[in-house]
Amino acid sequence: MTTSMTLAQAQQEVVDEFALFTDWQDRYEHLIELGKDLPMIAPEMKTDENIVRGCQSRVWLNAEQKNGLVHFTADSDAMITKGLVALLVRVLNDRTPQEILNTPLTFIDAIGLREHLSPNRSNGLVAMLDQMKRYALAYSSKP
Amino acid sequence: MSTSTSPAVKKAYDVEEIRAQFPILKELVHGKPLVYFDNAATSQKPRRVIKAEGAYYATINANVHRGVHTLSTKATEAQEAARETIRTHINAKHTHEVIFTSGTTASINLAATSLGQLLLKEGDEVVISGMEHHSNIVPWQLACERHGATLKVIPITDSGEWDLKQVPFSDRTRILAISHVSNTLGTINPVKILIAQAKKQGIVTVGDGAQAMPHLNVDVQALGCDLYAFSGHKSYGPTGTGVLYGREELLERMPPWQGGGEMIDQVTLTKSTWAKLPFKFEAGTPHIAGIIGLGEAIRWMQDYDLNAMAAHERTLLEHATKELLAIDGLRIIGTAKEKVGVISFVIEGVHHYDLGTLLDQQGIAVRTGHHCTQPLMERFGVSGTTRASFACFNTIAEVDAMVGATKKAVKMLR
Repeated sequence: MTTSMTLAQAQQEVVDEFALFTDWQDRYEHLIELGKDLPMIAPEMKTDENIVRGCQSRVWLNAEQKNGLVHFTADSDAMITKGLVALLVRVLNDRTPQEILNTPLTFIDAIGLREHLSPNRSNGLVAMLDQMKRYALAYSSKP
Repeated sequence: MSTSTSPAVKKAYDVEEIRAQFPILKELVHGKPLVYFDNAATSQKPRRVIKAEGAYYATINANVHRGVHTLSTKATEAQEAARETIRTHINAKHTHEVIFTSGTTASINLAATSLGQLLLKEGDEVVISGMEHHSNIVPWQLACERHGATLKVIPITDSGEWDLKQVPFSDRTRILAISHVSNTLGTINPVKILIAQAKKQGIVTVGDGAQAMPHLNVDVQALGCDLYAFSGHKSYGPTGTGVLYGREELLERMPPWQGGGEMIDQVTLTKSTWAKLPFKFEAGTPHIAGIIGLGEAIRWMQDYDLNAMAAHERTLLEHATKELLAIDGLRIIGTAKEKVGVISFVIEGVHHYDLGTLLDQQGIAVRTGHHCTQPLMERFGVSGTTRASFACFNTIAEVDAMVGATKKAVKMLR
């Protein structure tokens, strides 16, 4: 994991990584690969409470607080969604609630995958991002 | 603006001649030529329709049925010409049996609310089928809830057809509401047979023609239905337009749905009386530009032999079915004998969201998900499908492009 980096640095790392790809196929193949390395949510955590419902694909998200940092695990039933979930987890994982809440997320735009965060995709990602921030907000009020 | 009805001599069917009339087909998506296979959601529009809508705003924009001034007269004439065009197209007996709405959803909500009030009592039953679009389920659920009635459902067979041996008619059935063509499976349903059966038992019948209108010659008198709903935008017309056809005698008895301007005869502060048909059901200023565009869309379709269009779409369907089935692990949902150009499929180990995304990257627009038919998805035990739906402007080469793009996507995802 890249906990030594700041959130902003982690975003930049993703942007640099995706800059290597010139065509859609390479970009999506990389995204699908990233999904396979996602810190998988424990099967017993795939509960109805942890489901972030999209119309098309589903996302499971669990958060725990460890030593003042927010630790996320997640999964999705669609590979491309899973790849994007993996990117969000990689950038936001094991950070303080303040850092999660205060750093604007720009990398999704920068790597040309913004369309997946548009509300009409109904893949659960927008709701997932909101949920990650809500966890951070909840943990920020109980040190 | 032409107001002519169906010409005697039809234009020969030439897909390239037709394509040239759809400006959007020249668009690129992700740098690739657009292949548009989402016609069951909304069809693309020929130039004539786009122009007719624009011409209304540019030359005769005025409110209908009110003004004594020239523009208002012209706007009214153009709108009413559209109504007459639609009457001839669906073979309704009277022009005032054609009610303009904002789409199939509004038409069915009108039908369910008004018929519910007229017919439904505690313990009565409404029959729908298991392949209905949510917009032909939910309005009836609401009506049933309001009047203490129960919704009964015709089961669906493995091939995606009504199980006619299990139609749940009883002596309490008051309304039958069924789709003519399934939006998800493409099945052409034997509506005529079921409507005849319902009529024998005094059941009022409502047809959802949203998916039938763009593909079939719909004749409401031959079908024998009491009400028939469809959208303009799935039949080459503008969005925000739709029709509810109703048999005169029934419409006269049905109470109004929405109140407002246009639909009244006299208003006092204690009681109002209703305008004549069709205006009783058309409260407020209608979508005049859209209605004029819809009239033009129907005239455009009437220039061609609809049977030739249907035959072309059937060729696309047969080719797509054969080519897609060659993909390992692919299963087609909906294998009825009688289908329009709609093909829904699932592929083992491939999520429809992923497939839809990777097809889009290759310029191909398909629909993925449950297609607003969640009960049907449950019937087939799938969370969603990928659906390609064809129109008269699609080609065999486009089907081949989709099949090739699907194979590429499957390779990436497995």
